[in-house]
Amino acid sequence: MSGCYYEKIARINLTTGQITVEKLDIDLAKKFIGGRGLGTKILYDEGVATADPLSADNKLVYITGPMTGTLSPSSGRYMVCTKSPLTGMIACSNSGGIWGAKLKYAGWDALIVEGEAPNWCYLNIDDEKIELLDAAEYVGMMSEKIDDTLKEKHGKEVSVLNIGPAGEKKVLLAAIMNDKDRAAGRSGVGAVMGSKKLKAIVVKATRKKLDIIHDEEALKAANKRSLDILKANPVTGAGLKDLGTAVLVNIVNNIGCFPTNNWQKAYYPQGDDISGETLKETYLVKNSACHRCPIACGRVVNVNGRITGGPEYEPLWAYGGNCGNNDLNAIDEANMWCNEYGLDAISTPCTIAAAMELYEKGYIKEEECGGIPLKWGSAKAIVEWTRRMGDPNTELEWLMSSGSARLCEHYGHPEISMSVKKQEMPAYDARGIQGIGITYATSNRGGCHVRGYMISPEVLGLPEQLDRTVTDDKAAWAKTFQDLTAVIDSMGNCLFTSFAMGAQEYADLLNAATGTTYTTEELLTVGDRIYNIERMFNKAAGMKPEDDRLPKRLQEEPIPDGPSKGMTSKIALTLPQYYEARGWVDAFPTDETLKKLGLDECVGK
Amino acid sequence: MIEVRLFATLREGRGKIFFLEGDKYSCGTDILKEFQIPEEEVSIFLINGFHSKTQDPVKDGDVLAVFPPVGGG
Repeated sequence: MSGCYYEKIARINLTTGQITVEKLDIDLAKKFIGGRGLGTKILYDEGVATADPLSADNKLVYITGPMTGTLSPSSGRYMVCTKSPLTGMIACSNSGGIWGAKLKYAGWDALIVEGEAPNWCYLNIDDEKIELLDAAEYVGMMSEKIDDTLKEKHGKEVSVLNIGPAGEKKVLLAAIMNDKDRAAGRSGVGAVMGSKKLKAIVVKATRKKLDIIHDEEALKAANKRSLDILKANPVTGAGLKDLGTAVLVNIVNNIGCFPTNNWQKAYYPQGDDISGETLKETYLVKNSACHRCPIACGRVVNVNGRITGGPEYEPLWAYGGNCGNNDLNAIDEANMWCNEYGLDAISTPCTIAAAMELYEKGYIKEEECGGIPLKWGSAKAIVEWTRRMGDPNTELEWLMSSGSARLCEHYGHPEISMSVKKQEMPAYDARGIQGIGITYATSNRGGCHVRGYMISPEVLGLPEQLDRTVTDDKAAWAKTFQDLTAVIDSMGNCLFTSFAMGAQEYADLLNAATGTTYTTEELLTVGDRIYNIERMFNKAAGMKPEDDRLPKRLQEEPIPDGPSKGMTSKIALTLPQYYEARGWVDAFPTDETLKKLGLDECVGK
Repeated sequence: MIEVRLFATLREGRGKIFFLEGDKYSCGTDILKEFQIPEEEVSIFLINGFHSKTQDPVKDGDVLAVFPPVGGG
């Protein structure tokens, strides 16, 4: 064992039921840090890129980072890396709660799940002991219920990861849930779990902290510096605790970049009705925190008398302005159903928004709607269609549960899908915020904001305020943000710490924990390497240069009203600049770039 | 008239939306004084949806949006 790696991976073959323990290649781990970076590298090396995502050939890597479970701030995170059935490319979905930390405390750096079980099963991990148990009686159970049921069976100290009915049915928008309302939400990772007939993973750990830290005193000191920075920063020290990510509703709406009615507009006059401020005045019960998180941005809300996890900014926007809906209680309820069925709370409402535009334009007929028309602003539609997408039966329910790209393609109007690489874009209109468009277009996992959160400098002024309307230097900024994000994800810390912390703090934490000696420059190079291995996975999976594109609407339809009226995305200008900054030609790294990053195994591929 | 929108903690003890005489204020700083909002509590100051400095001039018809430090994602 060495600095924050237990050097143990469990490989679970569900076809044969065989469970083997493998030694982690420590040099490889340090080269890719862990988490997202190492998980992707494992999948690349094992040839998963060419697998059918919903076949026995695909693999699921549940992986922690070296910082997961340490005293470092917001370190309860794990990632699920696999080939996405939604995008056909790399998926890496990241979640908080405590499940990841418990997996680490149980002595595992990662689990690799492969094959396909003959019958529904679940994994029960009790420190070093791992067993496959029958899950027949849990099939069809909602996520919260299975969490409660498995805790009753295995003890209240266990942590439960599971899929709901959506994952069971291999719905392409299915998430993996843990600790009831935390989600590895994006790219359909829940469908992969469902395709393997794996319903849940229960973890119990005797350890309550890590006992393999390289330099405990140095980590304590680095941790204290980080905590002081987080506490002193008004965003991480107070703002996120008070209003959660939901505070963004009013900010993004007031700059006129709040996509409305499926991105046909970008200003929602009723925005304040669905804001963090209004949530606090109405349905908020309290805030909540993931394991070892001083930020505590989570929301707990009252949904018709039931106390449950509340919506983040993304579902507030996606079920709200993007569906033309200002019924906050309905958003809370729809969000709850996303958690219960195990659905991506971004892609699900965004697909409903696309369906509403198809309905508005007459492409989806009323008789297809099963008594609940897909009308803009219908509170009933957002709640009930979420439930239908979580457990689809009719043709339209199946189409919608497959995401907006497949839905709109079916109706002959692919331009209505607001997606990149078939994954729905999140809540910031790239016509009025030029840098975030680069992140969307070039994200290896498709439409996503947390692969390089350019909203920080372009809207929130962190670490400095950039003019959101111009393209100057945005390509270089986006690359740096993407690289640092890849590092943070791979370490196992929460990205939100980066509102206050910089590369130096992460380097100090990682070096103290693992014994590496990374400078900030070297650490960003590791991030670059991770970004490139993801891209090489995508290349092997069949990605084409034209997949790095934004929907036509963002380039050809100016924002029609509001503060950002008249703006369009200048992605055609910034994309070549971005490729140059990355050392890529036609969307892929050159051999020279690969060699420079120590990815010699990818040269010529 | 100048429309002033306050958000997050800046609403506490003050309110949400105000309409002020358009010719009484020369810049954002004047308006913050009107609401007894210390400059250091303001992180994002929008004039008509664009990030601005509190010292920037304001005029009749402007919409101001004022936020304390906030983040999200």
